[in-house]
Amino acid sequence: MEHEKDHIIPYRTFLYVLAGLIVLTLISVTVTKIHLGTLTVFIALLIAAVKSTFVLRIFMHLKFENRMFTIMVIAVILLIGVVIFITLLDYLYR
Amino acid sequence: MSAHEGMQEPNYLEFKGKYKGIYSWIFSTDHKRIGLLYLFSILSLFVIGATIGLLMKFELIAPGKTIMDAKAYNAFFTLHGIIMIFAVVIPGLPAVFGNFMLPLQIGAKDVAFPKLNLLSWYLYVAGVLMVVISQFTGDQAPDTGWTFYAPYSFRTAGNMLPAVFGAFLLGFSSILTGLNFLVTIHRMRAPGMTWLRMPLFPWTLYATAWIQLLATPIVGITLLMIVAERLFNIGFFDPTLGGDPVLYQHLFWTYSHPAVYIMILPAMGAISEIIPTFARKIIFGYKFMVASSLLIAFVGYFVWGHHMFTANMSGKALYIFSLLTFLVAIPSAIKVFNWISTLYKASIYLQTPFFWAMAFIFVFMIGGFSGLIIGSLAADVHLHDTHFVVAHFHFIVFGGTGFAFFGAAHYWFPKITGKMYDALWANIGLTVFFIGFITLYMPMFFLGVAGMPRRYFDYDEVFHTGNIISTMGSWILYSGLSIIITNLFVSLKRGVKAPADPWGGSTLEWTIPSPPPVENFIETPIITKGPYSYK
Amino acid sequence: MSLKMEEHRDDLASKTGMWLFLFTEMLLFGGLFVVYSVYRYINADAFHLAAQELSVPVGTINTIILLISSATIAMSVTAIRKNNKKLSLLLLGFTILLGLVFLGNKYFEWGHHIKENIYPGSPVLASRGQGDVLFYGLYYFMTGLHALHIIIGLVFIGFIARLIIKDRIVSDNYVLLENSGLYWHLVDLIWIFLFPLFYLIT
Repeated sequence: MEHEKDHIIPYRTFLYVLAGLIVLTLISVTVTKIHLGTLTVFIALLIAAVKSTFVLRIFMHLKFENRMFTIMVIAVILLIGVVIFITLLDYLYR
Repeated sequence: MSAHEGMQEPNYLEFKGKYKGIYSWIFSTDHKRIGLLYLFSILSLFVIGATIGLLMKFELIAPGKTIMDAKAYNAFFTLHGIIMIFAVVIPGLPAVFGNFMLPLQIGAKDVAFPKLNLLSWYLYVAGVLMVVISQFTGDQAPDTGWTFYAPYSFRTAGNMLPAVFGAFLLGFSSILTGLNFLVTIHRMRAPGMTWLRMPLFPWTLYATAWIQLLATPIVGITLLMIVAERLFNIGFFDPTLGGDPVLYQHLFWTYSHPAVYIMILPAMGAISEIIPTFARKIIFGYKFMVASSLLIAFVGYFVWGHHMFTANMSGKALYIFSLLTFLVAIPSAIKVFNWISTLYKASIYLQTPFFWAMAFIFVFMIGGFSGLIIGSLAADVHLHDTHFVVAHFHFIVFGGTGFAFFGAAHYWFPKITGKMYDALWANIGLTVFFIGFITLYMPMFFLGVAGMPRRYFDYDEVFHTGNIISTMGSWILYSGLSIIITNLFVSLKRGVKAPADPWGGSTLEWTIPSPPPVENFIETPIITKGPYSYK
Repeated sequence: MSLKMEEHRDDLASKTGMWLFLFTEMLLFGGLFVVYSVYRYINADAFHLAAQELSVPVGTINTIILLISSATIAMSVTAIRKNNKKLSLLLLGFTILLGLVFLGNKYFEWGHHIKENIYPGSPVLASRGQGDVLFYGLYYFMTGLHALHIIIGLVFIGFIARLIIKDRIVSDNYVLLENSGLYWHLVDLIWIFLFPLFYLIT
């Protein structure tokens, strides 16, 4: 089985991404100290989503893999989202 | 096409590997042997489950106590459901015929992860053992129904923990099988077999595998939450602690509805194999058959609330679930249309598998239509938790998956065993079984409309006549089943030797000897066209 | 894994299998996120207040620990591909160490609450009201299940380290190391969401 033609990710790349992830973590902690009401959680989750994207694309190599994997990951995330959404349709409108 | 009979290559049954005797079976990673291990287990459990059903029906032959009291009846219908759902129809076709036929139909020599395949069977056996243990330990047998509804499932004195854990293990087995089949289909199709040249049974296994993979974990975590309720009083579904029992139902059905598509999709796939072979004609609308399988799997994720119409959900949820339930029926209807269209101007070869396929279409349609009735909000208010629902799911699950299972068993019997079954007894068995099936389940529609509730060991005198007819149907059905199964076992011993291709099939499994050699294909087949082309 | 299998080896199949398994884990936790979403919606204020009793500094440190451990295991793949067996093992060792520190932190966090009689089923917790019961129920269940997955991940990584030592994982046969990395990254991903949902909803 021939190996992927992709390059080996340099150590540096991982360290830069790690630095970015730590910065994002600290930002999300600071943001929550500011009272933004319901927006606070939304921003914290948004930052979490951004962090996840980095972990998925660089650490988990999705950026360099067959597109099929990225599509599957997105599909699974959407599935969980839709299930939560439909369930909330019950609770939000009771 | 092969004439490899008589060559050196031993078939998979006579092959002598590292292990001897029973160990050559229970330690085997050959997908064909694993398929048979599942067949043995599933058939045994089916007979046990059917016997429980027979006894339940006997209790219901007259109002009041006949042979058991309420407590025993509750334990019986719980066990009947757990066995039939988790240990028979969900694994059923994928684990038996999927395991055996998938690699053959795509030209592979095994599945992607043979050792994982064996682990799946071990998990299956462990799950079944846990369910058995639940019956013989603890203060009393589980009595919640197979649905384990909260809060009763964590308040009952019934021995829930082993039963719930058993279901968890059975689910894990299902997940790993799905995972294995997905990778197998993605990576191991023979050269030239593009996606759209793959036969329809593997396509349904593919759609099913996605459901096994993505839906089962949800019931897994839900069962773990029930364990946490029983052991730690965690409160997720306990109204006294702030939990909502309806949330349990949401989570449970988010898996258990897609689960019925795990049951039916491979069944539809088997029918899609049988009909072209015995019609000697290419399946009508191959691409629509593929698309409908994928659509059923997809849309099937979003209809679970139709099991909860009377559970006090919001109006919005009610409408959306009912609408989606009607939509999910459409791809199934497309399949029925295409099967029937295949028969138009076809050259029909009347054999047992074909009779099963025709019977399947008949009962599946009754089951399906009855599903649309209870999918309507207003009707369901009256019909929920009545025998109408019991009739519906027996028509569509027993009629659907069960009939397809027997059809597949007869269709592939020569390939698997190298023998021909006795056709006369097979057809007699089918006829008796079919008469019993209709007699047993048809009255339940009327009993349900008249108001007879399900899961009750007693009933009002006004329902008596329907129940007598139904119970007699259970005797006829059971007799039919005995004939069918006995015939297959006897044919195993005394059947005429089967050729590689007794039916004139057009898919890859018919190009190799019956029974197949251990490595399936002496030479890797090269595929140049799609399946089901005749002349 | 034996050399005899070289000709039939399909690394893409192996990697695909691992990704599919990760999907099942995502759905497993997904069910808990459904429960969280519902009860958070119904008991917004109680969740908001209960979250203040969790230590944000400890949670933040734990988050950063896992992020670093993800980086180290990712780097160990680079190391093995560059034939640097020693560095690869060092990085794996560091990953395991970080995982153990995470578990240690969780042990003390939980211990702190249990000492105050806040745990599933405790009468003290029940008396605090339904929102708190659900918040802490979810907290213990979700972080507990997550910790279980950390333990599984550490065992998996340990097993992989052994294979590297024995030269069964090398620069042109490393898919098992990649797979262990994928599993570990998933454990990190789950925590990336657990952290804001329990610690930052104040």
